[in-house]
Amino acid sequence: MQIGVPREATPGETRVAATPQTVGRLIALGHTVTVESGAGELASYPDELYAEAGATIGPSPEVWGADLVVAIDPPDPEQLDQLRPGAYLAAQLGPGQHPDLLEALAERGVTALAMDAVPRISRAQTLDVLSSMANLGGYRAVIEAANAYGSVFTGQVTAAGSVPPAKVFVIGTGVAGLAAIGTASSLGAVVRATDIRPETAEQVESMGAEFVPIALDPNATSTDGYAREMGEELQRRALEVCAQECAAADIVITTALIPGRPAPKLVTADTVAAMRPGSVLVDMAARNGGNCELTEPGAVRTSDNGVQIVGYTDLPARLPTQASQLFGTNVVNLIALLTPNQDGQLVLDLDDEVQRGLTVTHEHQVLWPPPPVSVSSTPPPAPSEPPAPAAEPETGATRDPRRGYVAMGLAAVLFALVASVSPPSFLGHFTVFALAVIVGFYVISHVTHALHTPLLAETNAISGIILVGAILQVGNEDLLVRSLALAATVVASINVFGGFAVTGRMLAMFRREESA
Amino acid sequence: MSLNLVQAAYIVAAVLFVLSLAGLSRHETARRGNVFGIIGMAIALTATIWLAAERAERPGLTLALIIAALAVGASIGLWRARVVQMTGMPQLIAMLHSFVGIAAVLIGYNAYLAPDPLTGVLTGSAETIHLVEVFLGIFIGAVTFTGSVVAALKLSARINSNPLMLPHRHLLNLMALLASAGLMVWFVMSHALLPLLLMTLIALAFGWHLVASIGGGDMPIVVSMLNSYSGWAAAAAGFLLGNDLLIITGALVGSAGAILSYLMCQGMNRSFISVIAGGFGTEGATFEADQDYGEHRESNAGEVAELLRRAKSVVITPGYGMAVARAQAPVADLTSRLRKQGIQVRFGIHPVAGRLPGHMNVLLAEARVPYDLVLGLEETNEQLPDADVVLVIGANDTVNPAAVDEPGSPIAGMPVLEVWKAREVVVLKRSMASGYAGVQNPLFFRDNTRMLFGDAKDVVEDVVRLL
Repeated sequence: MQIGVPREATPGETRVAATPQTVGRLIALGHTVTVESGAGELASYPDELYAEAGATIGPSPEVWGADLVVAIDPPDPEQLDQLRPGAYLAAQLGPGQHPDLLEALAERGVTALAMDAVPRISRAQTLDVLSSMANLGGYRAVIEAANAYGSVFTGQVTAAGSVPPAKVFVIGTGVAGLAAIGTASSLGAVVRATDIRPETAEQVESMGAEFVPIALDPNATSTDGYAREMGEELQRRALEVCAQECAAADIVITTALIPGRPAPKLVTADTVAAMRPGSVLVDMAARNGGNCELTEPGAVRTSDNGVQIVGYTDLPARLPTQASQLFGTNVVNLIALLTPNQDGQLVLDLDDEVQRGLTVTHEHQVLWPPPPVSVSSTPPPAPSEPPAPAAEPETGATRDPRRGYVAMGLAAVLFALVASVSPPSFLGHFTVFALAVIVGFYVISHVTHALHTPLLAETNAISGIILVGAILQVGNEDLLVRSLALAATVVASINVFGGFAVTGRMLAMFRREESA
Repeated sequence: MSLNLVQAAYIVAAVLFVLSLAGLSRHETARRGNVFGIIGMAIALTATIWLAAERAERPGLTLALIIAALAVGASIGLWRARVVQMTGMPQLIAMLHSFVGIAAVLIGYNAYLAPDPLTGVLTGSAETIHLVEVFLGIFIGAVTFTGSVVAALKLSARINSNPLMLPHRHLLNLMALLASAGLMVWFVMSHALLPLLLMTLIALAFGWHLVASIGGGDMPIVVSMLNSYSGWAAAAAGFLLGNDLLIITGALVGSAGAILSYLMCQGMNRSFISVIAGGFGTEGATFEADQDYGEHRESNAGEVAELLRRAKSVVITPGYGMAVARAQAPVADLTSRLRKQGIQVRFGIHPVAGRLPGHMNVLLAEARVPYDLVLGLEETNEQLPDADVVLVIGANDTVNPAAVDEPGSPIAGMPVLEVWKAREVVVLKRSMASGYAGVQNPLFFRDNTRMLFGDAKDVVEDVVRLL
């Protein structure tokens, strides 16, 4: 199947949907690839590299007329007309926001795959461009903030005075938020973060930031992996937390998005007014209206009190080389899923929830929205379940101690009976035996785990002491007894010598660092 | 007079054995411990040979025979000890246990056929006790013998290591024990050879069946259990011959083996009885075997090398797969290269990794990995959340999150290495097959897990080349 990779037409778009490396992998799946001339130029992938990877370089109409077109952004009307009926199109289509585009695609009989509508299940992670782009966006947001910020991130004590570390506050801890937290903390900032979903606290802490909880109600876990629109009470509380934290922070990075709805306004004009002059707010939700009331999408603006509000909507596109590579890899993973036999034949399986989820038009039908997929890794706790009574004793776990005493008593009586009729020599031996068992117990119970194997070999060698018994019997004049005793001597001595030798060999191998 | 001297020698030997085992409990004193053991054994043997020669009617012949037998045994033992591969250590140790078992059987028969002249003619209760001792000594010896042989065969993969599932196996075991008890009564009443022979046959079959019905994954426990049996066999022989040295040593070894088995069982959160009863994972049919965890993510050597290069701290958790592939040398090479680049490398060893207690430690030591890099279960779990990359090399059940997350899983509650808490996990494995417990491992489907398929040795060598 022929795959077309167009040059993106959207102004400011620097990315490309395939890189020379991913082109190679597409070809390995049995496809042929045509790349529009200059498609990768802005992402530092010149045409020659594509040609080297095995792609042909063609003009725009040829690319858009391919069997499968992979692009970053949705096509403009002109490009739409170049698509063949029955062709496939994979791009970020924003199916929730652009119903007219879906209509247009369905009308032309195009099978459209929305790369940004991948269901959030583990299996589909490899195709999810929202994740891969958000990850880069989170990184870039911190870099933009650092660029606009008039101080440093790392705290230092220098001869010219001490430099306090920057305080970073991240709102929304999805992929982008976590990436921002990781980047900011590796630059040395003190990072705090909040999210409506309390279950993300662990992830936040694992990235080295402190989690500021909003939800007082622990049952607010979402089941589809995305944040939900909040209830009124919760919203009020979220605004409070944001206001408080923003006022204390030098850098604020907002990443809160709710799929299919405008971004929640979490940072009000009043909150900005309470921030220190010179602090920076990067609004990663700018494309969807912004989390801050003052955000101007696509631009940087300075508030009356000197807070810079960065509203860039193209953060991933500001890292075109890597963004293209990640996007391209997502595309390859999608196409690999659709090419199960690696023979260049696309097979769309609408019973597969991943493929169903991202197919938005097929055979003149609009298939958006897909049936819901519920897949949160943390199941929501059943709200009606009453707390278990705390004082309930664990029955059955602890055994009745009396049984043990009875058993011990019985054993003692039994032993007393045996002992009363045994000769004294037996009792003497038995004393030795009992003491030796106890000594063995105490000697062994503190052995380092690492030495268990040598210990086994050593005890093995020592238990070859049975040799003593065999040797004493060799002197017997009865031929049978003597032969048996000799056989026993041979096998027991294998044990003694082999055991000691092998223990020695193992111990010689253990060494400390210094002797390395 | 000479008897007293021999007794004194035995006491010294017994003390040396205790010191030897005590020394073996720490790295610093371990070698000294082994030397103590050797000295103790030398003293005991010299005294015994002297005593045997003195008591014999033809001292010259006896002495010559003893020396000859010792020489044969010593050369075989030393030869095996020198050529054994460290990966083959489990089967060697199991095989050595079987020798103690067979020796105990032979000594038991001898004690029955030719009672010790020193004890004179026994009568009454003393005789009864002597006969019971003979009987028990042979029984324990025979069980140890066949049990160890089966364990050695399973460990060297000469027979199938899956548990043997005879119908009514618990009933069979019980019948064997009851039959032996009956034969003991018959033997004590009649003093005849026949019940002794019958019992020996039953005990041999019992030992065989006991170990055959235990799966390969439980072999660390079985090996230490057999170690314990071999000790009890020696102690029984000591009672039989009225020899305190044998009793002390046997009891030491017996309790040592028992404690090791107990520690192993704790490591797997299983009761000793359930291990002995056999059949891991075959009875807990309540869990859904085919739960869908999604898809795994395959990786390649280049990507793993890149991950490692960028990491600050790496934890390696080896399992039996590393032993099978003999990958310890490339792993050690990888370790030293990473450490030269300033990357912290630790090894996390699960108590039941491998087929022998401490098996992984021995393999890593052989590959010259410094032992202070090698951590136990708890220490490793403390470090894992801070680790950038975890390399799981041929381990499966010991890193299975199902043990923590899924109460219905057959391995639920077993302490495991919580590798999934690290930032990235790379699992080196031959295929997606499940581990010995037969349980699917949800670790492979986690978002931060990458699978690197292939022979562990080749794969690690590839990664080292690309570093």
